[in-house]
Amino acid sequence: MEAANTIEPITMARFMPQVIRFKMDGWRVVQICAARLPDGYELSYSFAKGYDMRTLRLTVATEESVPSITQVYPGAFLQENEAAELFGVKVESIQGDYHDKLYRIARPTPFKEKG
Amino acid sequence: MAKRSIVPFGPQHPVLPEPIHLDLVLEDEVVVDAVPSIGFVHRGLEKLVETKDFKEYVYIAERVCGICSFGHGLGYCQTLEQIMNVEVPPRARYLRTIWMEMSRVHSHLLWLGLLADAMGFESLFMESWKLREKILDMFDATTGGRVIFSVNCIGGVLKDMDETMLKNIVDTCNEMEKELKPIADAFLRDYTTGSRLRGLGVLTPEQATLMGAVGPMLRASGIAYDARKLGYAAYDELDLEPITSNDGDSYARCEVRIREISQSFDLIRQAAARIPAGPIAVPVKGFPKGEYFTRIEQPRGEAIYYVKANGTKFIDRFRLRTPTTSNIPPMLNMLKGCQLADVPLLILTIDPCISCTER
Repeated sequence: MEAANTIEPITMARFMPQVIRFKMDGWRVVQICAARLPDGYELSYSFAKGYDMRTLRLTVATEESVPSITQVYPGAFLQENEAAELFGVKVESIQGDYHDKLYRIARPTPFKEKG
Repeated sequence: MAKRSIVPFGPQHPVLPEPIHLDLVLEDEVVVDAVPSIGFVHRGLEKLVETKDFKEYVYIAERVCGICSFGHGLGYCQTLEQIMNVEVPPRARYLRTIWMEMSRVHSHLLWLGLLADAMGFESLFMESWKLREKILDMFDATTGGRVIFSVNCIGGVLKDMDETMLKNIVDTCNEMEKELKPIADAFLRDYTTGSRLRGLGVLTPEQATLMGAVGPMLRASGIAYDARKLGYAAYDELDLEPITSNDGDSYARCEVRIREISQSFDLIRQAAARIPAGPIAVPVKGFPKGEYFTRIEQPRGEAIYYVKANGTKFIDRFRLRTPTTSNIPPMLNMLKGCQLADVPLLILTIDPCISCTER
């Protein structure tokens, strides 16, 4: 079966409107992934409808905040907490914010530095 | 006015040996809210990818979970094969399919046993796990391992099956299918199991979509999504339709898993009949550069694998979104309104794997 599997860069200004559009069109959020960049993070939000999957790619600076999508997709809270706790991504207003206490880890933001 | 109280549940519970803790907010004996707490077994396996050779990391990916071990290795290898444009030989794709379906039978039978145990139906628990032993024996016969058997590699598989072995597998599946029948009847037709499962933890299709449910949990709410239809391994050459139920309750989730065991036997028979001759792996040269998201259907539901590679032998980022990560939020939704006594059973019906989730 041929199914879409795309990664689409998106600006912060267009991000939340697009997430809301996905919700209105019946897409489900399937994964959220943070990856480290030299001066910030790449955040990938994947949405699926049927067998098609589209990933929105936000690039943010280290100290830049990103809005939580839990207001739109409440089920995203675990993955947003994980990105915040392991990488130090500043996610604003998570519904169900664990404040870096999701995992019992020995040191803060262990995935922030390479190696 | 009902009295409100908070009851701690887990991380060690007689019915649920998974390390999840819930603060259950009760009004009398009815759950009105549930606040989860995980993180007891976080191992940081994703980060190890930065310091391990990308080919060696297959063995770590397989150790994310004891039940979904083969699938995790498969998902990781498929992602790298996409990035490196590796064409996996057809025979290897069929062998992967056979082991993947055996893993599904293993996982679902294990879950059925746990469900029976949670209901206090000990003989049914023993029958389910007795049947599961045959699958573990087949893993042993085909790979030399019973739980984690490390047969995936980037470019194919490490072990082959000869004609006699394939015939033995099909014969065992036929035998198991007959033995599954009375077990399935006990789960689906027995008055007691029905009264414990019917109407418990109803998840509507809308809730399932909004909260991100996957796998048997999603299909039990009537949504026909099964990542095997994407056609990875040899699934694009086999007859396969997602198994669904419409009730969205615990009984429906049990029914879907039981029917999926029969479906897996059928897929194994199809794959054994159609498997082509040829090599089982191709050599992989060079280092990966690029990124890719792969989806596969693990026994517990859709899993997503992401790799971002930089052209060296060390990968920048490996990400695994497990089925349980997606199924915890809808589970919390389902807990609201249920009786305290039903909480362990209801949690079990999502087939949680917290070790997978924490990686």
